[in-house]
Amino acid sequence: MVAPQLLLTAVFFLWPAAKAMQEAVTATDPFGTSTIFVGFDNFAALFSDSEYLAAIFRTVVFCAAVSLIAMAAGLLFAYFADRDLRGKTWYRSLLIWPYAIAPALAAALWVFIMDPQIGIFGRHFGAGWNYALNGSQAMGLVIGASAWKQVSYDFIFYLAALQSIPKSLVEAATLDGARGFTRFRTIIWPLLLPTTFFLMVVNLVYAAFDTFSLILALTGGGPGTATETLVLKVYEDGYVGNDIGGSAAQSVVLMILIIALTSVQFRVLGQKRR
Amino acid sequence: MRVKPDCLAHAILLLGVALFMLPIWVMVAGATQDAGAIARGGLSVIPNPSGFGIFWQALFYGGAAHAGYPVWHMLLVSFAMACGIAIGKIVISLLSAYAIVFFRFPFRRFAFWTIFLTLMLPVEVRIIPSFAVVSSLGLINTYGGLTLPLIASATATLLFRQVFAAIPDELVEAARLDGAGPIEFLRDMVLPVSRANLAALFVILFVYGWNQYLWPLLASSSPAYTTIVLGIVQMLAPDQMTPWNLVMATTTLAMAPPVIVVVLLQRAFVRGLTESDK
Repeated sequence: MVAPQLLLTAVFFLWPAAKAMQEAVTATDPFGTSTIFVGFDNFAALFSDSEYLAAIFRTVVFCAAVSLIAMAAGLLFAYFADRDLRGKTWYRSLLIWPYAIAPALAAALWVFIMDPQIGIFGRHFGAGWNYALNGSQAMGLVIGASAWKQVSYDFIFYLAALQSIPKSLVEAATLDGARGFTRFRTIIWPLLLPTTFFLMVVNLVYAAFDTFSLILALTGGGPGTATETLVLKVYEDGYVGNDIGGSAAQSVVLMILIIALTSVQFRVLGQKRR
Repeated sequence: MRVKPDCLAHAILLLGVALFMLPIWVMVAGATQDAGAIARGGLSVIPNPSGFGIFWQALFYGGAAHAGYPVWHMLLVSFAMACGIAIGKIVISLLSAYAIVFFRFPFRRFAFWTIFLTLMLPVEVRIIPSFAVVSSLGLINTYGGLTLPLIASATATLLFRQVFAAIPDELVEAARLDGAGPIEFLRDMVLPVSRANLAALFVILFVYGWNQYLWPLLASSSPAYTTIVLGIVQMLAPDQMTPWNLVMATTTLAMAPPVIVVVLLQRAFVRGLTESDK
């Protein structure tokens, strides 16, 4: 009964992974007639390539900004949606459904809002606003759109975490005189730390990988390479630019990165269970 | 207890709701307006009441890039792909988790860890080699090629394993004494107790499948297998000159199915999501 899944795993995971590793250590001539073993040359070339190093830096900035904004907004809304309000189920539903929006469609929505010609806000920003030409504006835009799309996910998890905090604990703190921000900082925030760690990893993985289609649809990685993250670069170099060895080496780097992130996540979760 | 309404909370939550509803409103309202006016910068937040026919027209719209395959066809492809991924993944993970939890067989741990490994390799990381594998299997431009690489992943298996492991041994023992074989036990015991998880998983996987972009982009070069998400990104490309109201109407149509699924099954979905990912 495990056979179907093992078969799929072998064909669509292990085989491609092995292929990536193999391609990462070989070089093929442009006509595909001969392949030679080059060891770690592809990796060495990668890390001495200033463009790749710039892409790493860009990706780190992008991921940090997206995660921070999305988690802060998710927590803010969850904190207030946890209160006993009129119409709280409405608020919750209205903040949860954006989970269903595809990243590529989020990009389309942001075009309708921010496009310098047609966007309902964008067209009022003046001649200086054009994210097809200005790299930092493009970066700001993809960060905003990516974070926007992730808020509801963080909202769902923070709300669940807040609801699992015993009301008696919060009431006791209130009786002891802890109110407002002090109460949040001393009682609630420490209890949210495990959720925060978990979300941090999930958000980083989302920002690093799942935003591919959003960025591609919104800016195409441009202008120039201003919004080209590592995943876009794998795609550009390997599929569009046909540099199979270099792209495979990039894939292997990303695999190592994601394995590291996932093991951190499991370590944190393991501590939480105990 | 609280007498005066919590104005701050309402204000912040309304702001949050506006943050998400405003783009949707602009999209729906924009779809009903004149394409020329939108292109000239005349997009308005007030919908044109006589323009709602556009959603019907958009269903039959097929731009040059789509070789005559209209939007309804792309919606159908997306629907088939999303359902294929959701159902396929649920079936194979249900079976393998059932086997791993309830049977003792050689290499059981090895099987589990092999599956577990896949949790760490999202499609985005292994696109190029996966594309090579799928194309050497001749699966480019087939539903198999679209769905199978996305079906093989560990998240659902891990969830089911957790649910099944929580079934008390006494129950298994009792079922065995009553003469239930493995198939009866699965059908009469295991499936009913995991019904809520099945619903949640279906929502999560349907949304996941529907919203895929990168994999369909590689695995379906033929317009006959273009999903709706791919179709919209193609329409957005600057050289396409697609009328704006049609882009907006199509985006609305593309967004509707997963949103409807999430809203209808919200309770099961939220519970399943917060329990399974931890």
